[in-house]
Amino acid sequence: MIGAPLTRVDGVAKVTGAARYSYEEPVANTAYGVIVTSTIAAGRIASIDAKEAQSLAGVLLVLSHENAPRVKADAGDRKLQVLQDDAVFYDRQPVALIVADTFERATDAASRVRVTYDRKAPATTMSSPGAQTYTPSQANNNPPDTTRGDFDAAFASAPVKLDNSYVTPTEFHNPMEPHATLAMWSGDELTIYDTSQGVFPRRASVAKIFGIPDTSVRVVSKFIGGGFGSKGGTNPYCVLAAMAAKVIGRPVKVVLTRPQMFGGFGNRPRTEQRVRLGADRSGKLTAMAHDVRSQGSRYDDFIENAAVISRMLYAVPNQITTHRGVRYDVVTPTYMRAPGESSGSFALESAMDELAYATGTDPLELRLINYAETDLSEQKPFSSKSLRQCYAQAAQRFGWASRKAAPRSMRTPDGLLAGYGMASSTYPSNRSSASAAATMHADGTVLATSGGCDIGTGAYTAFTQVAAEAIGLPVARVRFDLGDTTMPPAPEAGGSQLTASVANAVHAAGVALREKLAGLATANRNSPLHGRQLADLAFGDGRVFVRAQPVTGERYADIVRHSGAPSVMARADVQHDRRAKGPYSSHAFGAHFAEVHVDPDLGTVRLARMVSAFAAGTIVNAKTARSQFLGGTVWGVSMALHEEGRIDERTGRYMNASLENYLVPVNADIPSIEIILVDEQDEFVNPLGIKGIGEIGNVGSAAAVANAVYHATGKRVRELPISPEKLLT
Amino acid sequence: MRPFAYARAQSADAAIAAMAQDARAAFLAGGTNIVDLIKLDVAQPGTLIDIGALPLAAIEVATDGSVRIGALARMSDTADHTAVRSGAPCVAMALNLSASAQLRNMASIGGNVLQRTRCVYFRDVTQPCNKRQPGSGCSAIGGDDRKMAIFGANDRCIAVNPSDFSVAMLTTDATIHLRGPAGERTTPFLGFQRLPDDPALDTNIVRGELITAISFMPTALTRNSTYLKVRDRASYEFALVSVAAALDVRNGTIHDARVALGGVAHAPWRARAAEAALIGKPAVRATFAAAADAELRAAKPQRLNGFKVVMAKNAMVRALGTLGGAA
Repeated sequence: MIGAPLTRVDGVAKVTGAARYSYEEPVANTAYGVIVTSTIAAGRIASIDAKEAQSLAGVLLVLSHENAPRVKADAGDRKLQVLQDDAVFYDRQPVALIVADTFERATDAASRVRVTYDRKAPATTMSSPGAQTYTPSQANNNPPDTTRGDFDAAFASAPVKLDNSYVTPTEFHNPMEPHATLAMWSGDELTIYDTSQGVFPRRASVAKIFGIPDTSVRVVSKFIGGGFGSKGGTNPYCVLAAMAAKVIGRPVKVVLTRPQMFGGFGNRPRTEQRVRLGADRSGKLTAMAHDVRSQGSRYDDFIENAAVISRMLYAVPNQITTHRGVRYDVVTPTYMRAPGESSGSFALESAMDELAYATGTDPLELRLINYAETDLSEQKPFSSKSLRQCYAQAAQRFGWASRKAAPRSMRTPDGLLAGYGMASSTYPSNRSSASAAATMHADGTVLATSGGCDIGTGAYTAFTQVAAEAIGLPVARVRFDLGDTTMPPAPEAGGSQLTASVANAVHAAGVALREKLAGLATANRNSPLHGRQLADLAFGDGRVFVRAQPVTGERYADIVRHSGAPSVMARADVQHDRRAKGPYSSHAFGAHFAEVHVDPDLGTVRLARMVSAFAAGTIVNAKTARSQFLGGTVWGVSMALHEEGRIDERTGRYMNASLENYLVPVNADIPSIEIILVDEQDEFVNPLGIKGIGEIGNVGSAAAVANAVYHATGKRVRELPISPEKLLT
Repeated sequence: MRPFAYARAQSADAAIAAMAQDARAAFLAGGTNIVDLIKLDVAQPGTLIDIGALPLAAIEVATDGSVRIGALARMSDTADHTAVRSGAPCVAMALNLSASAQLRNMASIGGNVLQRTRCVYFRDVTQPCNKRQPGSGCSAIGGDDRKMAIFGANDRCIAVNPSDFSVAMLTTDATIHLRGPAGERTTPFLGFQRLPDDPALDTNIVRGELITAISFMPTALTRNSTYLKVRDRASYEFALVSVAAALDVRNGTIHDARVALGGVAHAPWRARAAEAALIGKPAVRATFAAAADAELRAAKPQRLNGFKVVMAKNAMVRALGTLGGAA
């Protein structure tokens, strides 16, 4: 059952509207909060005039720094200190919350709040006066700087040298479901229904902000309309909802508007990356330096760890990597799908493409020349690595061999420029401690639970399959539930770790359950299995039986009935310290091949087709996995050609704050994309051999497209997105 | 969004009368623009007068051969109509390249002509805007002006008109039919949409007036027309630059020409300099290039949209090249 392309178990509920998202949770007496956000990026609130708003029918509360409950000052990011003082340090910062008996009345009232400011001239770009560069203590849990060998000497003596800078813009997640919370208090106990990627981390964070024990907070997150990292960390709206609910003594719902999803609540930071490559004339790397500058806020540390991928992807003996943050008057950035690897791979894989042309080497051949057989950053072997197979299978399917080497040498039948490009992809295989429980009922069905979240990727389905396989039941008789802190703990769905973490726990719980059931049977004098040894037993199709004599066995349902208890439950806790270093380095790998067509007169680039191959250990569900790889790959196309938060440098406000003006591809932009799942078994990464797949599709795909644009046009665009003006002028 | 009253008009005259009752009233047809603007707080109507039930949706061919498009005809129905497709192909093309299928099935032709600019500063009520708040200033000037005008702008407004249909209609010498408190009148399509001498005024419509129809006469010129739309993505986006072109070529010589540009000015931009450079010349690429050069010579790009000049030039050559003559 593990690996089968099972259709989503929650699919019908989602398409019929039966699946209930956080904001839809029906609770009696709910009030509705609407956030008023700042219209300046730096300064102080001078006055808040809410008289008109307060006079409207149905308005229950105007919360601002003048009357908001105090929260703990040392509880996480500065941006969570919401409504605590009059300081404004980014545009669209919450400055008030209007609560009314309906969403419409709260929206109306919010538009009538008059806020005046003492405005400071904001620093709105990395190079603005007032922007401050700092050296971070870590880069998304990686060392900010590394060095190996002697880069300076190797680069100085390299026969081929490249030194170029690459820019990735500020990007916004914008899941279909905007951020939303329902908060309600019962005495000092807080319950929140939140669009969260992890109910346990959210619980810990919220408890800390309000200074109450974790056990006083329950977080529920049953269905999530996309997260992409934006729903990983706790956000101000969640704190606001809980504050307001406390003040008015009623449940309060808060949802962000689509414009509020831009700018005030986190984004992928802009990066400026300098990449220096030294190589011999065959393209063999001798030296590499990757220096990253990452957009940051005035108060909090967040670094896009863009150079981390360069530490392990190629066999380069002499290397320096660095990360610096640049503080200016913008909101604290946050995780966005493949934080670091996504933006870093654009720079690294563009630079590798440039090296291929500089040395007259085929870009794919160049990757093979520099293939890393071991992880040089950790000085360890890989637990498995099938990147060669990814290159080979995708190149074959794509028809890479038919590429003409020279830029601007290929045309479509209707006269457009055609180009082929490729890039490598990788993402670390992360895992954290997780627990799961499985309960067999007397009707022979199982409820398995773990408090992870399904951010829309198929966790319900994948864990149903894993539980069914472990226990020995058809999937139709297993129900999986998740997304609640009353369940066994699980980590957040981030860093592509959820499946690898929770599946191993679910599997262990399933094995524990079947063995507990077997134990009940073998101890039961009336069971046909009485007195048998566990080692002689096998499990399948809802029963325990003697392996050598399958007709002798007992149905799970009967074992439960005979036990005298209404059900039999087992639980497993799988401990894993994500930062603990084992003897192996574990990564998923992949390769993207893209063809673009460019109109040389109009500057427009359209993707013609793409083939991407990935090897990521055990695939739990071939159908949802394909969707994950495909979605990540499409996002890379979007990153290459479309996405860009456009800031007004005078005000620090992102002006394209809508899905009209913040472009993502529509169906017409995405032609055939073929995903190849490369078979791989990894016996070391974790018991089930699972590597995460949530983010790797997004790594390298932008570079593959950008490299194809270079091949088509002969023009190297080093700042994304590749919009028409960059090719026309 | 503010509360507003809603009234359904039973006749054109009742709608016009209702408008006189409330100084903040607005008409509601397809709703694809005003509902947006209400949500954004840009529009704060006191009453929305729904004209959706009025009998103004017909598309008819008169005995003289002219085509009359009712103001409430849907964009999709207009694009599909044989008289439009044959009489002015560029109009059908422009409509089909607009918005999305869902929006085209809702939006009315009259509303399309009256739709307001997509300028991000106009649509963000926290930003100064002379169109929204006369005298407050134009925050697009010196800001993110990538999508703004390269023709006809001034120091009060650099916004562009978003309508594809209107650009295409400039190839047809069309007429707009209006009904208002003072009765019925007609006005040429060309000039109905204004340049931003007074940025608060998008068009020459008089308050209380209703567009009832738009008509045009198919000719040899309008029957040979095309529409080219250039944008950042392949669909569902307003034009960076668009070109509507019509050519009447006789024996290799351009007998008559109409060229209009979209995405470049506060109103669809009739390219008169280009037309003058086309008429009487051989229908060859060199003529088209000279015409495009003649038109774009007067362009005044903003800080971030110099590319529109090149794009418009090349798009004009491309569009004209598809209509006739050697490429």
